[in-house]
Amino acid sequence: MNWDWIRSNIPQIVDATIDHLILTVIAVGVGFVISFGCALLIYRERRFYGPLSGISGVIYTIPSLALLAFLVPVTGLSVLTAEIALIGYTLLILIRSIVGGFDSVERDVTEAADGMGYSWRGRLFGVDLPLAMPLIIAGLRVATVTTVGLVMVTALIGEGGLGQLMLRGFNFRNTTAVYVGAIMTVLLAVSLDLVVVAIGRFATPWARRAGS
Amino acid sequence: MPYGSTTMADQPPRASTVEFDRVTKRYDAGAKNTPGAVNDLSLTVPAGRICVLVGPSGCGKTTSLKMVNRLIEPTSGRILIDGEDIAKRDVIDLRRSIGYVIQQTGLFPHQTVGENVATVTRLIGWPKDRQRQRADELLALVGLNPTKYRNRYPSQLSGGERQRVGVARALAVDPPIMLMDEPFGAVDPIVRERLQNEFLRLQEDLAKTILFVTHDIDEAIKMGDLVAVMQAGGKLAQFAAPGEILANPASDFVARFVGADRGLKRLSLRRVGELTLGTAPMAHVGDEAAAARRDALEQEAEHLLVIDDGDRPVGWIAVEDVPGEGTLTEDLPEPMSPLLNRRATLKDALSLLLDADVQAGIVVDRDGRVLGIVTVEMIAEVMREGDHVVPDEPQPPEDDLAALPEAVREAGDAATADDSAAEAEPV
Repeated sequence: MNWDWIRSNIPQIVDATIDHLILTVIAVGVGFVISFGCALLIYRERRFYGPLSGISGVIYTIPSLALLAFLVPVTGLSVLTAEIALIGYTLLILIRSIVGGFDSVERDVTEAADGMGYSWRGRLFGVDLPLAMPLIIAGLRVATVTTVGLVMVTALIGEGGLGQLMLRGFNFRNTTAVYVGAIMTVLLAVSLDLVVVAIGRFATPWARRAGS
Repeated sequence: MPYGSTTMADQPPRASTVEFDRVTKRYDAGAKNTPGAVNDLSLTVPAGRICVLVGPSGCGKTTSLKMVNRLIEPTSGRILIDGEDIAKRDVIDLRRSIGYVIQQTGLFPHQTVGENVATVTRLIGWPKDRQRQRADELLALVGLNPTKYRNRYPSQLSGGERQRVGVARALAVDPPIMLMDEPFGAVDPIVRERLQNEFLRLQEDLAKTILFVTHDIDEAIKMGDLVAVMQAGGKLAQFAAPGEILANPASDFVARFVGADRGLKRLSLRRVGELTLGTAPMAHVGDEAAAARRDALEQEAEHLLVIDDGDRPVGWIAVEDVPGEGTLTEDLPEPMSPLLNRRATLKDALSLLLDADVQAGIVVDRDGRVLGIVTVEMIAEVMREGDHVVPDEPQPPEDDLAALPEAVREAGDAATADDSAAEAEPV
């Protein structure tokens, strides 16, 4: 470890971490919005489940390097290219976990809600969504951690946050930069995971009391 | 835990008639006997009465219930509430005006007990503080202390408590109709019996029109003013008062479904208060023993009932054990026999008598004073009487011991069903 290098490159390390964070948050955020839309469609019309989960499944199976290679001719070496790929990889996990969350709501609960005169929108936001939260949060955690890892790969098209730092470290035989990149990535993944867990706990106060 | 006093007592009870008019539900265009199908069901539930739909699984009883709040739409036929076809009503409004209780309670796990109970008042937009006040009232009504329970989550409750919350939630806007789908099915028999008794007592004040689904014929007989026995294929096999169904089953199916012990079941429809009570030789503590013994011998009795200054029973003493001289003391009497109140069913009374040392139950009033005795022979007489059973005779409330919380009087013998209508207490 070359501590002097670290000391003199703190601003770069911080910038790379922030880039990495932003790429991740945008990917998971946009991915969540798209997935939530798809899940709502499936909630209303079950027959969309097959096609939507099929498409997101196909995207998921494309190796990340190959996907980037397909996209570069269309959208160039840009943030957009990176984000399209990153978002694409969140869809399968998020759609399945949101739909799984809705499916996990007990039938007697939804039936009681219908029987008491909930409108469908009222039931969705007042009953189904809150009760789907634990599984949705679980999906978000997986998607977030996976995305933090995948952001590294986008270093190959000039993005990549901490991935850039590591890539340059490899090229210039600067093992310190490689280690710093790796350690910061792990720290970022762990902290984002903790943030999502905290959001989850905040969103499901009943689950905390259940065991007590 | 007893149901508390109702806060709705000052308003007249609201109830509606519910009428099924040739209602049919088919699930499969061709097949007639798919489970849950209903075939040409016509029946009328008068306002303020409990109608129990009972039958084997798949007989269409739950389907029939769910057609009333339009969770299921009939294939043909109409359901009328106070003469109005419910198909013409806004489905959301309709559902909010009908209380709905289901077996697994369907409580919202993510909401507190208070929020659960306030559900319908929230949906129809009552102000927050009125919602909360109403929820507290209802919790008290079903015997749950609001301060203790309103902020708990359903997962923190016992099965019986959940069922109570389910009933409270269904009563939120004082609906004229309640639909109850095996509401006490998910709890153990002792808790179920307690909930049934409490609910019947609550219904005396509420006088709702209730459609109640169960597969348990004993529950149907106990809870129903009217019982609709349904059979596979969704056919109504018989619709009558429980006493009538037990006395005159309309078909072999009904007879089989009701069971071979229907004579015994009929006893659960009759209460101790309807009997002409027997007498037994009695003597007060402190009376002269020899005189008491002479009395008992004159009446050809084998046992003498010793009572205290307040006419409350102390215990039985065998005539041959009464001392020849001195006075009767409290420690002389030995054998026990059950204490009954006038609301106890003959079935419970019989069951307690068969277990007792002296086969004569002592009937007491609410202050514990002896009114008379009941013997196995008297109950057997009622069974032989057969068909002139008059069910559901209203009981004078002043003898309403059974309705008091079961814990008010220490039931000394744990083996007896303490919260059934019969009070068993060794004397």
